[in-house]
Formats: sequence, C-alpha cells, structure tokens
Amino acid sequence: MEKNYSLPADHDLFPEGAQRCSLLKFMIWMGLVGVVAAWGLYAAYKVLSTGLGVTGLDDYFGFGLWITFDLAVIALGAGAFFTGLLRYILNIDPLKNIINLTVIVGFICYSGAMLILVLDVGQPIRAWFGYWHANVHSMLTEVIFCITCYLIVLIIEYVPLILEQKQLNRNPLLHHIAHNLHVMMPLFAGIGAFLSTFHQGSLGGMYGVLFARPYVFREGFFVWPWTFFLFVISAVGSGPVFTVLIATIMEKMTGKKLVSWEIKSLMGKIAGSMLFVYLIFKFMDTYGWINTILPNAGLTFEQNFYGNIYGQWLLWTELGLCGVLPCIILLVPSLRNNPALFYSAALLDCIGVTINRYVFTVQALAMPVMPFDSWETYAPNWAEWGSSALVVAYGAIVLSLSYRYLPVFPQEKKLNATKA
Amino acid sequence: MQVKEFKVKWGMAIDIDKCTGCGACMVACQAENNLSPIEDASNKIKVMNWLVVYELSNKKPFPEHDVAYLPRPCQQCGTPPCVSVCPVIATDKNEEGGIVSQIYPRCIGCRYCMAACPYHARYFNWLDPVWPEGMEKALTPDVSVRPRGVVEKCTFCHHRFMQAKDKAIVEGRDPEALADGDYVTSCTEACPNGAIVFGDLNNPDHQVYHLARSKYASRLLERLHADTQVYYISRREWVRRQLDNYLDNEKVKG
Repeated sequence: MEKNYSLPADHDLFPEGAQRCSLLKFMIWMGLVGVVAAWGLYAAYKVLSTGLGVTGLDDYFGFGLWITFDLAVIALGAGAFFTGLLRYILNIDPLKNIINLTVIVGFICYSGAMLILVLDVGQPIRAWFGYWHANVHSMLTEVIFCITCYLIVLIIEYVPLILEQKQLNRNPLLHHIAHNLHVMMPLFAGIGAFLSTFHQGSLGGMYGVLFARPYVFREGFFVWPWTFFLFVISAVGSGPVFTVLIATIMEKMTGKKLVSWEIKSLMGKIAGSMLFVYLIFKFMDTYGWINTILPNAGLTFEQNFYGNIYGQWLLWTELGLCGVLPCIILLVPSLRNNPALFYSAALLDCIGVTINRYVFTVQALAMPVMPFDSWETYAPNWAEWGSSALVVAYGAIVLSLSYRYLPVFPQEKKLNATKA
Repeated sequence: MQVKEFKVKWGMAIDIDKCTGCGACMVACQAENNLSPIEDASNKIKVMNWLVVYELSNKKPFPEHDVAYLPRPCQQCGTPPCVSVCPVIATDKNEEGGIVSQIYPRCIGCRYCMAACPYHARYFNWLDPVWPEGMEKALTPDVSVRPRGVVEKCTFCHHRFMQAKDKAIVEGRDPEALADGDYVTSCTEACPNGAIVFGDLNNPDHQVYHLARSKYASRLLERLHADTQVYYISRREWVRRQLDNYLDNEKVKG
C-alpha cells in the first residue's frame, strides 16, 4: 500500500475516520505539559524526601490546598458516576455521546486525588492500614473504602475504551474483552453509583461529624450529618457541567466539534436540576446552622468570618453568584441555550462547589474555637501548588492521549462531516 | 454522645490565678517527652509543643488591664472528637485512667484528628526529628521518639503512670488504686507555683477531686460536650468567660 505522507506519522493509531493534528504539534503540546509535570514531580519528590515540612501546612491547617483540591476534583468528577447512572440504569440514551468523556474525566479526577493523597498523608506506606486496622466509626474509613473501590470501577469502565483503540481492537481477544465489558457496564455503573454516592457523602460527613468545630458541625439523619447529603447533591449538581466544560475546552483546542449542543444542553439541564435541589437543602442547612448549631455553641453568625480572606463574601458568592444564578440560567431553556450564558453558568457552578469545599476545609480550621485563640490564615506554598499542577498536567496528558488515539466521541465524525 | 466512664480518671486542675506564664511546664514537657528542637521555630503554629501556655487578656485599657496565663495540655476528653474520626484506630480511649492514647506506629499521618480537635492539642511531625549532637543522650528512655509523618500529643506522661503502677506492684500495693502523688505529670512537677494539680478525678482522697468541684472550676469549651478531664480554676469572672463561648446575653458559670 502506498504511504500518504500528508497524514501524521501515527495516523494508523487514530480512531476510525478521525483527523488529528501532526505528530510534531502534538509532541510540542505534550512537551509543554511535560514541563509543568516536571515541576510538579520535583515538588512531589521534595515532599516525599524531606517531609511535609516543605509545604505551607502547619498544626492549625493540617488540611489545605491538597484536600481542597481533592474534594473539588472528586466533586467535579462526579459527572462520571452520575452520567453512568443516568445512561446505564435510567436509560437516558443520548448521554452515550458523552459517557466516555465522563469516565475519563472521572478516572483522572479520582486517580489524581489518589496521587495527591500519597503526598498529603504523612506515612503513605501505611495507607493500607485503612483496610487492615479500619475504624468503622470514621467517615474517613468510608472514604478510603469507597474511593479505592470506585477507582477500580473507573478503571474497569475505562479499559474497554482503551481496548477499542483501532489497532488493539483487531486482536480478537481484546475485542471480545471490550465487548463483554460493555455488556456488563450497567452492573459497573450501578456499583460505581453506589460507591461514589457513599464516598461523596462521606467526604461531606467527614466535616459534619466534627462536633467540636461549630463551623462545619451538622446534625443529621441516622449516622450521617446533613453535609453527607449536601456533598452528594452538590457534586451531581456540578460534575455534569464540568465534563461539558472539558469537552468545550477540547473543542476549542482541536478546532473540532466533539459533542453536539443538544447533549451539552441536556447535561446542563441535569446539573441545573440537581443544583436546584441542592440549593433548597443548602439554604435550609445554612438557616439551621445559624439558628441552632451556632447559638448552641455560644457563637454568632458574624464570628464565623474574618477580614477579606475568610469574609462573608465567600458565603454569598457560593450561594448567590455561583449557586442561584447558574441554577436559573441552567434551568430556563432560553437562557440555557445561549452558549455564552450556558458556559458562564457552568463555570460559576464549578467555582461554587470549589468554594464550598474550600471553606469547609480551610475556613473551618482557620476559625478559632477557643475564645482566647486567634484567627490564623493559610496560604499554600510552591510545593503544594506544584504537586497540584502535576495532577492537572497528568489529566491533560491522559485526555490528550485518549482524544488522539481512542474513540472517545461517538459524534465526532458526524458533527465534523456536516460542518465540512 | 456517650461518655466513656472509668473507675480511675486521671485529670488536672490548673489554677490560672496561680500561673505566671513562666513556661517551666512547657520546657519540662519537652524534655520529658523527647520533643526534638526544630531549626526554625519562627512559625509558632508549626512548632511541636504538647503543652502550650496561652496568654489571655481582658482587653481593657490601663488601669483595668489584666492578663492571665492558661497552660493547655491535651484535655483527655471523655468523648474525644479525635478518636472517633481516626480511620485506623491509631488513637483510642479505652484504658483505665481515661488517657487518650496515640499509637505512633499505627498513625498514617492523615491529620484528621488535628482538624477535629478544637484545642489544638495535636501536633504533626512535619520533618524528621533531629537532636543536636550529644542531646540524644539525654532522651527519656521510657518515651519512644516519633518519626516524621505521624501525629502526636500530650499523654499525661503515660510512662510515669506505668512506672507508678510497677512501683506499686513491687511494693505490694494495688496498682489500680494509686495514692495521691504516686503518679504526676512532668508539668505538674515543674510548676514552681503549684498551679497544676494532678490526680484521680474520681478519688476523694486526691486533691484534684475537690479542686475540680470548686465553684470556680470549669472546663474548656464545655458546651461542645467533649467532657474533658482538665479543669481550670479562676476567681476572675472575665477569665472564666474566656474558657467557653458565650452569647452576649448569657451569664458565665461560677
């Protein structure tokens, strides 16, 4: 067969009928990402070799950027389990056009969170103690169980997509494995939904059970504080639009249409509906917190805020600008179908959930509980930023490779053919 | 939440009005419990101190200005916020005496217990412990040193508890019924003013039993229901008011 030298050198590996940029361009992009990753690897090396003393964490802020980053990416990665639930269990068929991306984003978010935890935990070699010496009363044990199991589920969901790579799929064994895994996918989607619901919840529960920290303490239902449910709903209220934002960024970078507007709009509508439910409960929770938890602890609402860094503006931004506003835009069809408004709402929604995770992690620790103690402030240093950037770079590498070589977007061929 | 009750409950009564803030308790604690000095101690919330002396102020201008000093060891809570959250049971409250334990070889260093503790009584080993040459010879042999990456805290000098029990056994006494003064912490011993009194909160033969029942005695953050085993005594109302959070219309205890 005659070679076509106008095609990229690795074009044989591309998904069927897909066009990709030249290998050189791709390598330059990967090189740029690699520089960020190298900086992050250096930070990670310093943390592991010297100890957590090289970070900006201290005895008041045992949790900082890393835990905020973890909670945020896990919430935003919720698009994977929730879309899986809707697609495979509730049979909302159009979601098949974005499900692959949600799985990859979910995989990146969860495996990235694990990478961060390896650094954040003082004795990473003892991480398996979470299983061996499990304290069943600890919300963190539930997190360890569900997060590790769910990552395995995400790998199982990701594997068939890898095996569907054009060249790999020619191998009959790999082809059949991929096929059979697809057949079993509703089962894994169900397990994933169960596990993910519980650990999203237990991440919230982790804070809600801290009865000696009035800023985060919440009453609840059975063993679960209200934050358990709030974290689940806020995750499903933002995860779907985060996936849409990722898809859109990929579209801008590649210059191709990857997901149709109808699907994006549907994801927005799903997120908006869940955000609406979340906001109802969040406002009720905030009201209950102000009128019950705080007075019982002898505190006023104002005492929970400090200066600009931990000011009330964070709460109002989270609830209003990044809560009510995106919810309205995502729920009203005429607003939702305006792309500029839609993407702004999606972004605000994701920022809102990130602020929520940040204040629960950092502001809760900054606030003095002993009356003679003082507010402390926390700023992450280069080691924390660097290793967080490593995870972002890692995500970019996985997504770039997946996009280039795997059939991630079922609509890609059709959407771009129409355009041409 | 259920408070775990013990026959013997080791506790402290700290008379804030007697404390001058000299810091001898902090030094004694550091030396006794093998806390390594750190090179840069400029960030005070990154320095290991199992016991910290806080300065309290009534925030009034002269001549009404007044200060007080409050030594804060681990409060050995009856319902410890730190114990239930630990994912690996590296900290527990299940030994007679009610001291909250910390198992260093079990701790994974997640620092969830530190987030849970409102007293900031828990400390993390941010770096490898290093002692200046020669100083390692002065380490207390009964206290294990801790590696980097684990959390530690005041143990009420638990090794002294073990020694007191051993001594009682050797002398043919009941190790579960130690007399007042048989077992005291190093901070108690070091305090020049006798501001810290240590003993069994359940035993009327111990001085601390009576001090803890004084009308001027209260515990830190009582309304959070951690049911601590450290009592603070002050005859000054403004000091007692700073031991817990009060709304403007609420009256202070005592």
